[in-house]
Amino acid sequence: MFNYILRRFLYAFPLLLGVNILTFVLFFVVNSPDDMARMQLGQKHVTEQAIDNWKHQRGYDLPLLINPQVAGLDKIKDTIFYQKSLRLFAFDFGISDSGRNIGQDIQQRMWPSLAVALPSLVVGLMVNITVALMMVLFRQSYLEFATIVLCVIIMSISSLFYIIGGQFIVGKLLMLVPISGYDTGLNAYKFLILPVLISVVSGVGAGARWYRTLFLEEIEQDYVRTARAKGLTETQVLFKHVLKNAMIPILTGVVVVLPLLFMGSLITESFFSIPGLGSYTIDAINSQDFAIVRAMVFLGSVLYIIGLLLTDISYTLVDPRVRLS
Amino acid sequence: MTPIFKNLFFILSYLSLSACNEQVLNSPYPEDSEGTQSVLYSSFSERPRHLDPAKSYSANEYVFIAQIYEPPFQYHFLKRPYELEPLTATKMPEIIYLDSSEKVLDKDAKADEVAFSDYIIDLKPGIKFQPHAALALNKQSEFLYHHLSQTQLADINTLSNFEQTGTRELTAADYVHQIKRLVHPKISSPIAELMKHYIVGLSDYAESIKDKPRTALKDSAISGVEVLDKYRYKIRIKGKYPQFIYWLAMPFFAPMPWEADAFYSQQALIDKNITLDWQPLGTGPYMLEENNPNLRMVMLKNPNYHTDFYPAEGQVGDKEKGLLRDAGKRLPFIDKAVYRLEKETIPYWNKFLQGYYDASGIASDSFDQAVQFTGGGKLGLTQAMQDKGIQLQTAVTSSIFYMGFNMLDTVVGGESEQARKLRLAISIAIDYEEYISIFMNGRGVVAQGVIPPEIFGFSATESGINPYVYDWHRQQPRRKSLADAKQLMQEAGYAGGVDNKTGAALILYLDTAASGPDDRARLNWYRKQFAKLGIQLVIRATDYNRFQQKMLNGNAQIFMWGWNADYPDPENFFFLLYGENSKVEHGGENAVNYQNSEFDRLFKQMSNMENSPARLAMSHKMQEIIRHDAPWIFGFHPKSFSLFHNWYHNLKPNLMANNKLKYLRIDPQQRKLMRKKWNQPVLWPIILVIILVILLALPAVRSFQRRARETIK
Repeated sequence: MFNYILRRFLYAFPLLLGVNILTFVLFFVVNSPDDMARMQLGQKHVTEQAIDNWKHQRGYDLPLLINPQVAGLDKIKDTIFYQKSLRLFAFDFGISDSGRNIGQDIQQRMWPSLAVALPSLVVGLMVNITVALMMVLFRQSYLEFATIVLCVIIMSISSLFYIIGGQFIVGKLLMLVPISGYDTGLNAYKFLILPVLISVVSGVGAGARWYRTLFLEEIEQDYVRTARAKGLTETQVLFKHVLKNAMIPILTGVVVVLPLLFMGSLITESFFSIPGLGSYTIDAINSQDFAIVRAMVFLGSVLYIIGLLLTDISYTLVDPRVRLS
Repeated sequence: MTPIFKNLFFILSYLSLSACNEQVLNSPYPEDSEGTQSVLYSSFSERPRHLDPAKSYSANEYVFIAQIYEPPFQYHFLKRPYELEPLTATKMPEIIYLDSSEKVLDKDAKADEVAFSDYIIDLKPGIKFQPHAALALNKQSEFLYHHLSQTQLADINTLSNFEQTGTRELTAADYVHQIKRLVHPKISSPIAELMKHYIVGLSDYAESIKDKPRTALKDSAISGVEVLDKYRYKIRIKGKYPQFIYWLAMPFFAPMPWEADAFYSQQALIDKNITLDWQPLGTGPYMLEENNPNLRMVMLKNPNYHTDFYPAEGQVGDKEKGLLRDAGKRLPFIDKAVYRLEKETIPYWNKFLQGYYDASGIASDSFDQAVQFTGGGKLGLTQAMQDKGIQLQTAVTSSIFYMGFNMLDTVVGGESEQARKLRLAISIAIDYEEYISIFMNGRGVVAQGVIPPEIFGFSATESGINPYVYDWHRQQPRRKSLADAKQLMQEAGYAGGVDNKTGAALILYLDTAASGPDDRARLNWYRKQFAKLGIQLVIRATDYNRFQQKMLNGNAQIFMWGWNADYPDPENFFFLLYGENSKVEHGGENAVNYQNSEFDRLFKQMSNMENSPARLAMSHKMQEIIRHDAPWIFGFHPKSFSLFHNWYHNLKPNLMANNKLKYLRIDPQQRKLMRKKWNQPVLWPIILVIILVILLALPAVRSFQRRARETIK
């Protein structure tokens, strides 16, 4: 397995380099270093000299990818791409264009993202499994039919509607939790209730229906018939046999998203004023801060690769038939 | 009792008990966050980028730094028109005019005789900096934290981790140090290039320190800026520039102790995001206690703040409005100001209604909920707002939004009578009264010229209207008729929107950075306005970067832009049309590239004059030239609408002053009562939903249990 993991890590390098180049090219197709300087210096009294100084101080006065004015390796080294993007491989995120240490900012902002994403995932998973099991338990009854209709309705509504509606009903009309905001430490709990609740409710439609399909597939298996023939009750069959076997696709589906929980949710964080990494990325795009954008794209790619690797590993853990080689 | 009913009973009991407790559950603040303090709650929607007074140049940053840093002068809080007064200075500066041989000239010396102006500023003694780690000394009077060791750094993550703080007296050298900082290349001050034109020796100084660290600023000197003694310093500027005094009221010219640069230049602190750009060090009424721009910014009263009092006099009517109730009282009133990050307007608005914010603007979504037009067409608050005791305050901002014609363009630009008449016809056709009504909920005033209300040179009488676009009718300006515009089109050779010479339809191009879905209606509206004259308007929407590039290259034909005043002087608006500021040729702020020798001559003259009847006459003359030539369609001056709760006092719109926080007062007791009254949790819907779910599920559960118990017969 070690060799497999090592090989996967080595494969990741060209992939990350490609992502880096693509981000770089896309960013500089839309924004020039002059645009970035203007954005940072403000709208008033900005002279060409001020722009040149800003670029020089931050190394944006170099050519983008190839420097024809120098010889040898310096052609590559004396470029914005080399200076700004390649050190990401050492997880050195550098300083943002507005002068802040990006690594520090990421460390600070990943916790609020995680504080929302982790309970959303865990509670959501539990609720989805419970609802799906209930549907299977009460299959072919009016309760199953009503739940399926409800799930389809929930799936059809935009997540933005849940956020605004949730804030309006729970925060404004019922006044049970703060409408938005965040706090550090344990004080954060009351700000998390609503976003987690909304995340769970908005996800239950798709999640429960997907898990229901998995459970229904299992319930037709021979071992289930055997269990029933042994005289086990329906609940014992469901919880002891069906759930256990259906957990393989559920678990692997969860493992792939685990690393990405750090990256946060763009809309939720924005509407609930949660200072996570999702809003960090959006802010950086709006302020044309290339240093942050490249760092966040790189981090997202790394986490995604790790997620896929973890999925592969998790297969070996939950299914003894799978071997990584 | 079955387990289901037992659980239900417990849930209902808990909810009922919670309801009886009358506790507020939705407060976004910790319960013990106030104590006996007077706390202001406000918000910010965009995290400030810079809190270094040499870098910061935007309103959302001034909200913080203007309370922390003190330039020598400030705007009087109540008096109108805007008036400067000393802040850390003992008096207004002594201005000495000199000729090229440095011989002192009379006070009323003509601008062309004046080679230099010396501004001598006297500071109040005894002013102290806020407590700060950068100023902390040990027993041997050595700085404790200027050379931090790895051991010391291990436990440092924020500024508050430093155990010791210190202070010292403000001196003239601190103001001079800040002027030096303006041109340090690492700092990138937005006004560096502008100030190099005015302050003697600043350009040479910038060249001399370009490769030196910030710590080297302390021991270098600018020829035109001099420390005269501990409390006096002199700034020598080139020529006569009366507007320089306004710059001296901006944070750019606030004092900065050299110790701040020495302390914050340590790389280990920079790596931890502890920089001067994020952790200010000032003498103002407040100091930044918590700087987490991703979450909240908290300012506390500066314990070292010097004696400062609420003004004893104001404008006529201020006394009746209760604005002089605190006259002569020691400032500041508020102990703590908490600014929370609120990115979206809807949550912010709802929290304001719940009493968790003390004041609010009005977003378009909430406008109808807050404001209504009364029978006489006047604006008033809705009943719901009045019931909460909310008050409304409006003010026309000192800014202008205009539509510009690129004067280098072959169709709409140039000095020809044909082009001028075309521009005037369009000026008449674009009905900005309608625009303000449809798209701004009436929150704007149609502009009659370049100068906004409350700025010297503005006139609200008949003489102040744009006679080329408006008539004076029943004591009010009335837009000329469409027939007048069509007549002008005919005279311009474009009758019915068709070029008389070529017979082709007239197509004009509007360049805009407004390309979002919300802007579509606005742009369609513009199309319709041009269509009134038969002109086909093509919208060239692009992103702001490309738009700016087009402007720099002179590739735009018609465009929309705006300007917000730096200081309350007509020069700050007329310079937008001064020939030497043209965007294409000089990269300046004259985006329409307008050039008129008479206007330029008058501009040069008036910009060197103090406010006087002669300057007023000159301003009127300049307005007349612009109205005649019509390089701009004078769009509108936006009107700001602010709502505030009745526990919030001493609010008066002041569009120039940024250090208003020290004058504001909060009644925390009243706020506490109202918050409790407005935020009682409503629990019955939850109980109802739980009961409903149980009732719905019960038959299915029963049926399942029955089925499970069934045996094969």
